Amino acid sequence: MNAALALLARDVKLAWREGGAVGVALGFYLVVIVITPLGLGPDLNLLGRIAPGILWVGLLLAGLLSAGRIFDNDYEDGTLDVLAAGPLPLSVVAGVKCLAHWLATGIPLVLIAPLLALLLNLPMGSVPSLMLAMLAGTPAVSFLAGIGASLTLGLRRSGLLLALLVVPLYVPVLIFGVSAVTPYVTGPNSLWPPFLILCALSLASMVLAPLASAAAIRNALR
Amino acid sequence: MISLANPTRFLGLVDKVLPWLSALVVILLGTGLYLSFFVAPPDYQQGETVRIMFIHVPAAWLAMFGYTVIAIAALGTLIWRHPLADVAAKTAAPIGATFTFVALVTGSLWGKPMWGTYWVWDARLTSMLVLFLLYLGLIALWQSIDELGRAGRAAAILALVGAINIPIIKFSVDWWNTLHQPASVFRTGGPTIDPALLTPLFVMAAGFTALFVLLHLMAMRAEILRRRVRALQQTQVERAALAEA
Repeated sequence: MNAALALLARDVKLAWREGGAVGVALGFYLVVIVITPLGLGPDLNLLGRIAPGILWVGLLLAGLLSAGRIFDNDYEDGTLDVLAAGPLPLSVVAGVKCLAHWLATGIPLVLIAPLLALLLNLPMGSVPSLMLAMLAGTPAVSFLAGIGASLTLGLRRSGLLLALLVVPLYVPVLIFGVSAVTPYVTGPNSLWPPFLILCALSLASMVLAPLASAAAIRNALR
Repeated sequence: MISLANPTRFLGLVDKVLPWLSALVVILLGTGLYLSFFVAPPDYQQGETVRIMFIHVPAAWLAMFGYTVIAIAALGTLIWRHPLADVAAKTAAPIGATFTFVALVTGSLWGKPMWGTYWVWDARLTSMLVLFLLYLGLIALWQSIDELGRAGRAAAILALVGAINIPIIKFSVDWWNTLHQPASVFRTGGPTIDPALLTPLFVMAAGFTALFVLLHLMAMRAEILRRRVRALQQTQVERAALAEA
């Protein structure tokens, strides 16, 4: 337990102190949100209607972009070998590192989402449900990205490949994430069913994804 | 299965089976195509376009069959370390992807006269498209890792992750939007398709399945031989290096 907590603290610290790990993800999110109205035109009504979708897509892309760092640095400098030989089971190591990615990158992305929602004219009333849905869904984003990151360890062009592998797995998160917010935009409906499904997706991926990641890391270290 | 772990024995079996299987494919597809295009009556609503279904539906079934083959082979790679499981999974991916593509293309050709557009973001179409993306991801992963063993195991892990995810994706996309024809062959209460259309459909499905198996066996044979050539080339290079040293 102590070892897992130490690893978690180390990873979160590294993500914040190592130049630009979190900042780049936030900047990327901002850029995606800024170029979308430029492509669609400045019609505020249209933007307000599609804002939940754009905010979610931007979040997924920013999460993906930063996911390569979950294991890559530790793989290159040999830390991952040490961790694999250490007392913690490798699946716990993988899970803790994905959790650190969620804490260090996922939560800041969720926190700036309301600011970006302002740019897209999302109705103020739906901001709480947007944040709630994103908080519930982002663990799945981090843990699924961890599978892609561990499968592409040490490969050339791993960033692009990671996106190709993981984006199909994001389909459910995106659909339920957007539908948790859309009722407030298009009409009265309930937030809870999609919200609870998002929680289920996150919990299931927190349990299952580390197993797959651990198998992939062991395969890469062999 | 265990006796087939010897690639040479497997190749011998393939050589024996292939002529018979090819004949079966020709007969089934020949009969099926004849029935589909000349015997089956046009549908009272869909008219002649119903004939697209005889290609579309078997292709869609085999798209899912292909992923099932890959997922089972992935278990074979990870659990039993069967030497041919990796070959089977790797060669099934492009074939399955092709059938998925055929299903998508024939579906959109059917959609143009029926729905008035080549593509709609309907649940089934979308989940087939996501399945196609999963196939592409698997193929890309195999091609990005040079070492065969690592590539095989990584792809097996990804295939199993995908297999767990497919039902969830299907469910979420269904929630999202549904316009496609509801399932009309395998459903409780019997099929809703007229027997005159059902017979050619089943013959075509059997023919497509036999075609899949035929293509898969041929691709596996080619992959095994390709690996042998690669191994031979490597030993040759090593010998040359030793002779120089």
